[in-house]
Parts: sequence; structure tokens; C-alpha cells
Amino acid sequence: MKRRTSPADRANRPNRSYTLIAGCVLAGLIALLALVSLVWLPYAADDTSGGRLTGPAADHLLGTDKLGRDLFTQAMTGSRIAVEAGLGSVLVAAAIGVTLGVLSAFAQGWLDDTLSAFLDILIAFPTLLLAMLIVAARSATLGSAVLAIGLAQSAVVARLVRILVKRVLAQDYITAARTSGTSWPRIVAGHVLPNIWPTLVVNLALQFGLAVLAEAGLSYLGLGAPPPNASWGRMLQEAQATFTTAPAGALAPGILLVLLVIGVNLVADGLRDTLDPATRRRRA
Amino acid sequence: MTLLDIRGLTVRTADGRTLVDDLSLTLGPGERLGVIGESGSGKSLTTLAVLGLLPEGMTATGSVELAGTQIVGATEKRLTTVRGRDAAIVFQEPLTALDPLMRVGRQLAEPLRGKRRLTGGALKRAVAEALEQVRLPEPDRIARAFPHEISGGQRQRVALAMALACEPKLLIADEPTTALDVSVQAEMLALIDTLVREREMAVLFVSHDLAVVAKVTDRALVMKDGRAVEEGTVERLVRAPREEYTKALVTSARRLESALDLRSAP
Repeated sequence: MKRRTSPADRANRPNRSYTLIAGCVLAGLIALLALVSLVWLPYAADDTSGGRLTGPAADHLLGTDKLGRDLFTQAMTGSRIAVEAGLGSVLVAAAIGVTLGVLSAFAQGWLDDTLSAFLDILIAFPTLLLAMLIVAARSATLGSAVLAIGLAQSAVVARLVRILVKRVLAQDYITAARTSGTSWPRIVAGHVLPNIWPTLVVNLALQFGLAVLAEAGLSYLGLGAPPPNASWGRMLQEAQATFTTAPAGALAPGILLVLLVIGVNLVADGLRDTLDPATRRRRA
Repeated sequence: MTLLDIRGLTVRTADGRTLVDDLSLTLGPGERLGVIGESGSGKSLTTLAVLGLLPEGMTATGSVELAGTQIVGATEKRLTTVRGRDAAIVFQEPLTALDPLMRVGRQLAEPLRGKRRLTGGALKRAVAEALEQVRLPEPDRIARAFPHEISGGQRQRVALAMALACEPKLLIADEPTTALDVSVQAEMLALIDTLVREREMAVLFVSHDLAVVAKVTDRALVMKDGRAVEEGTVERLVRAPREEYTKALVTSARRLESALDLRSAP
């Protein structure tokens, strides 16, 4: 492929990839912890042999909690749950949001109004309340939390997709495709989705970070994954009472949470710069 | 037999404003008609109505018969068979006429696959042929390029190739040269002229520029505020305009031309 690189382009490129690389490293570290936790953990989740609130030591890197469980083990399990919550919520949000968004972009008259009103209500509806309703209807599991967060986020995604699709549909090349006898499903798959993808994927990356935070909030309130699965939110909640004597219990999940969210946001930022059609136009 | 027969076409917005008012025109096979008017005169909407492509919320009443098919009120399915086969459009803006994320060759293949049912090697050859027909150099390279990698004039040629791909009986050109610079504009007009002549296609050529219309068509319709003001040969319109508005158009075109002449005089 031919490259036409302007000096300004060359100057900008390293910055861009640094953002993306930094984000990937941060988020990747947490993802690595999560992956390792699937096959190996320093201690079993219910192993209380460590003595209570020992503080960081060689055999317990982050110390133990008030029941004598290893905090590093909990932090690892927590990162797995955080990544699962983020991925799951974004998948739910993308599946529902893109479908509803494309539909409402095509809808006219009362259907358009109804869908818009529905999305507005869903956006205004507190995620917490939605989560409590779903937990009440099902049970307090990670799945319930993911469903609640994904549903709440799908409204935001749908509204974004609706606007993006409308903007693409107004372009002459869509009219040209219709003139060529291309069917609507083909136009959506071939022209619309590829053109909204760059903006959409950046938004989904941001939603991932928000979902991780929301899951931590829900499990802090006891609406997330049930024990003995340690989620960062619940670790924070459990360490709250002993924060002054054993700060590691609250600091570890807190710092990991911040790292993951910053990492994902950096990835979103880096993606925006590399995927944006305007900059891509110059790069390609 | 007429190819395009528009009778009493009226286009209204959802809130009841009339944008095209009781417009009638006819076009025989192989005939060329220019539609002249300032922006907002309803000329572009008229062309969109011919293919049933009016923007959301606008409604057409009256009658638009294209090659024997009634367009007003036709189902989308019916329209899909008519579009491309009976008439195709070239738009004004070469930047938005092509999908920025799709290679030129794939876009050009769309009408060929959709309408002429070509696949595989035959499709590839047809794409290269279509690009050669619009006098694009290195058709292979252009087929692999993204729209932003070729010039505005080249993009407009690709758009023309897409419109011609299904060999429509009527080519609708909506200000196809307005966004191009003057030298490219002349080439493009000459190209349209030859291609249409070779294929004995009818042309509906929309422009705000009398001089441009005069280069392609010999008959023209003047539109103002959604109404047809005057119709006749371009020569007659220039020499003996009957309506005030046509007179004003001609005078302003003359004034521009003489101003340019004065400048280029030594």
C-alpha cells in the first residue's frame, strides 16, 4: 500500500501509539492477572490459614483480610471478575444498542418517537435501581450485575448508533448504493456499519471502563458476584472498617481498579486517534 | 414513446411547505434536457423524485412515469428494479459520492453484481472495463485505491462509471461538475457528452450554470421557487428569453463572461 506521509503526520504518530501502548500495557497487566487466576492462585479462595490482618509479608504479598484470607489471591480473582464484567457488559450493550440504534435510525413517525422515548427513559433510569430489580428477579450473581450494567449502557450506545447511522444514511454514496439496487441489509452491513465502527469502538472501550466501575459499585453494595468470589468492590467494602489498621486491603483493589480504568481509557483514546476516518485518511 | 413523463409533480415537506410545485416535463429516449435554477429552486428534488429517492419526510404527488413505470407511490421493491436499469444519478459532491472506507473497485462492483449478476473473473473484468470507459488511467491501481487516494476529478469519473454500469436509459446528472475546477470540468462535460452519445442515453442535466448546461444539452427548463418558469432550446433562451427570471439569468451569465473577457484581454 502506498503511504503519503506528511511531516506533521510523522510527528504525531509516536504520540498516538504511546497512548495506545501505555493503555494496552496497563489493561494488559490486569488482563494477565485475570488469565493467570484462571489456572493458578497462590491460595484457595476459602483458605483462612494466614492469620488475621497480617499485613504484607513474603508468604502473603498483600497481607490477609480479617478472616485470614490472602489478599493477593482476592485481588487476582477480582481482576478476573472486573474483566469479565467489563467484557460482558460491553457485549450486552453492543448487541442491544447497535440493534436498537440501527432500527431507530430507520424508524419513522411514531415508531421513531417511541424508540427515542424508550431510550431516554432507559438512560434516565438509575443503573443501581435497575440492578436491584434484576437481582431481585434473579439473584445476586455476576450475571445479574452484567445484565443490569449492559442494559443501562445499551441505551447510551443505541442513541449514539442512531445518530451515527443517520449521518451515514444522508451521504450520497448510500443513495448511489440504493440506485445500484443494493438491498438495505447489504447497505447496512457493507456501508453503514464499517463507517460507524471507528466511533463506535472508541465508545465501547470507554463503556468498558465505566462498566468495571459500575460492577465495583454494585458488588460494594452486595449486588455483584457472591462470596467466596472476591470482587474489588466487595474487597473495598470488607476492608472499610479496618482501613486505618490494615490499609493494604483497601489500597490494593482501589489501585488495581484505577489502573484498569485508566488503561482502558488510554486504549480508547489511542484507538480514537488511529481509527478516526479523518486521520486514517491521511495515514492509509 | 416518452422515456420520462413528469406531470403535475408536487413535492411537499412534512410541515406542508411546497418545494416543487406542479412541475411537468417530458423526455424521449436519447433526448437531453437541462434543468437550470438557483439553489433551492427544487431542481435536485425533482431528480430525486424521478427515482423515488426523496429524503425522509417529503412526499410527492402527481405523476412520474419512467420507462412506463409509475414512480410516485411505487413500492421500494418495484423501485429497486427500476433504479439503475432505467435511470441512474451522478451527484454533485465527489467527496460524499463514494464510501470513504471501501475500495473503489468494490464499490464499482456493487451495481455490476446487483444488476447484471456478474461474479468472479467476469465481475473483475467488468470493473476494469467500466473504469477504462470513463478514461481513468491505470484502472488496476484505481480499483485498489480508497476514494481519498484519488483526485476529485477521478472520484467523479468513478461515480459516473457507477451510474453507467447498469447501462441505464436515462442518466441524471445533478451538478456533476460544480465541485470540480474549470479545466477538469470541461473534460468531464466532454466525457459525459461522448459516453451518452455512444450509448444513445437520455440525459437530465441539472445545473445552476447556463454555460455548463449549454455544453451538454440543447433544450432546457428554467426553474424558480419550485416552478417551471420557461422551457425552450438553450439558444432561444439565451437569445430571446421571455420571462424576467430567465432574462436575469442570461444577463448575469453574460456579465460574468464579459468580466472574464476584459480580464484576459491584454
